[in-house]
Amino acid sequence: MQDVQLLDAIERFLRGEMSPEELASFEQLRKNDPEVDEKVVEHTMFLQQMDQFSEWKTFKSTLHDVHNQLLDSGDITEEAPKATVIQLWRKYKRVMAVAASIAGITTLLIASMATYYAQKKTGADIERLRKEYKQEIAKKTNEVFNKVQDRITKAPENTPVKFGGSGFLVDGKGIIVTNAHVVNGATTIVVQNCKGQEFRSRIIYSNTETDMAFLKIDDADFRSIGPLPYGIRKGSTDLGEPLFTLGYPREEIVYNEGYMSAKTGNNGDTLSFQIGVSANPGNSGGPVFNNKGEVIGIINARQKAAEGVVFAISSKNIFRSLEEIKKDTNFQNIRLTMNSSIRNMDRVQQIKKIEDAVFMVKSY
Amino acid sequence: MVHSVKTDSTDEKALLKGLALNDRKSVETIYKLFYNMVQTLIINNNGSADDARDIFQETVIVLYEKAKSGSFELNCQLKTYVYSVSRRLWLKKLQQQQKYLPNVIGLEETVPVEDEIESHNQLNSEFQMMDKALLHLGEPCRSLIEAFYLQKRSMTDIAGHFGYTNADNAKNQKYKCLMRLRKLFFAELKNNDV
Repeated sequence: MQDVQLLDAIERFLRGEMSPEELASFEQLRKNDPEVDEKVVEHTMFLQQMDQFSEWKTFKSTLHDVHNQLLDSGDITEEAPKATVIQLWRKYKRVMAVAASIAGITTLLIASMATYYAQKKTGADIERLRKEYKQEIAKKTNEVFNKVQDRITKAPENTPVKFGGSGFLVDGKGIIVTNAHVVNGATTIVVQNCKGQEFRSRIIYSNTETDMAFLKIDDADFRSIGPLPYGIRKGSTDLGEPLFTLGYPREEIVYNEGYMSAKTGNNGDTLSFQIGVSANPGNSGGPVFNNKGEVIGIINARQKAAEGVVFAISSKNIFRSLEEIKKDTNFQNIRLTMNSSIRNMDRVQQIKKIEDAVFMVKSY
Repeated sequence: MVHSVKTDSTDEKALLKGLALNDRKSVETIYKLFYNMVQTLIINNNGSADDARDIFQETVIVLYEKAKSGSFELNCQLKTYVYSVSRRLWLKKLQQQQKYLPNVIGLEETVPVEDEIESHNQLNSEFQMMDKALLHLGEPCRSLIEAFYLQKRSMTDIAGHFGYTNADNAKNQKYKCLMRLRKLFFAELKNNDV
């Protein structure tokens, strides 16, 4: 209570609202009590900081306004100037022709080498982390679920689950990213959120080379969850950066944390990276987040011989695949989030926001 | 649109003065004079229109900070200064993103601006800490503090708006919030020093 009065006194003192008598006694108090004096100095500094902060904020918003206004009035345009490129093109036409043909030959060479080695690569030393369903168990858990929640199941009748994995939304309207090996060969795909609701989905894109698949939730019960709390990271991640994963190795969402251990994946694969975290069958297709809550990768395999060696596909591939989707299909309005709105929250809060967007993927 | 407007040094001084006072006209003039130059620099060097906007706005903030400090002596053309700051900021950003950069194409001359950028970054991180502290403060404390200290509204006005019975009640609540904000801010400051 005393502190409050002191703060009030300090602020009135700084604004010059004190009466002469009060001012005199306040000055006396400062002289006599060094602790009070220190508080006055400290608070003055803090208020200055607040003032500067407020000015900074207003200035920023002015900048923003001016930018938009000038953009509207056409005084500035957001365009890539092309003049220099054309000039360069004219100047270096011949050189570029030679360079292009060399590049062409090299590409062919590299491509043929890549396919040659890639065939050898999928050896038995790594294990895909999709979950094979044992029929009795799946049946039992389903029975329990059905009894307890009396839920509506979207699974086709009399067809057992073949295998399962995890997946996560990249667009709140119902676009899910998972691994190609989780959904390939499935006749029906059902995704289930952390509350146990199931939705029918279909594959809109799948690439076994990159092991990426995109699903679209096609279910009248599904409601868009709006803007996603997390962003997708375009840049790379540094060694040792802490990270965490969410996925469905069980019938329930499971959290795990670890760190970035190597910048390349199995056998020097540059499209993926290695992380130190424990992962189990069913984690495949699950997201890997950094501390800021940005998706940096998608779990897809682990080394059989070693413990805690898990590989994840880099999030850059999401952008690449999306470009292909936009080229080939009519899903033109998929929007990826770039900024994560949970960057400053603590972990428990982050997970609360994220878990609604992480799904179990079941293939029938 | 081409802006080949020549500014002499008195014009530039007036412009900086206006900038320090957060005068909208000055900001507009600076935008019209230099935006296209900075945008060309960024786009020719691996950047997008969004990057250009960010870098330009940060440059103007650096300029604003310098202008406000009062001790700003411009030893070169304002254009050269703006170009140098943007270039430095962009190089730094590219470095952070670990993008390979052959060498920055640009024909403008530059002046050293390292000190400015250093102090700008210092300020920037302090402001970000304040932002963070405010974020952690939670409602209704945050709105209360923002209304009084940032929007500078009067205590009676705030009391009415937030449903306090009188200005004194609101004031008490405000001081409680302020103490918590201070704690959060200083904790953040300590965290960053270590």
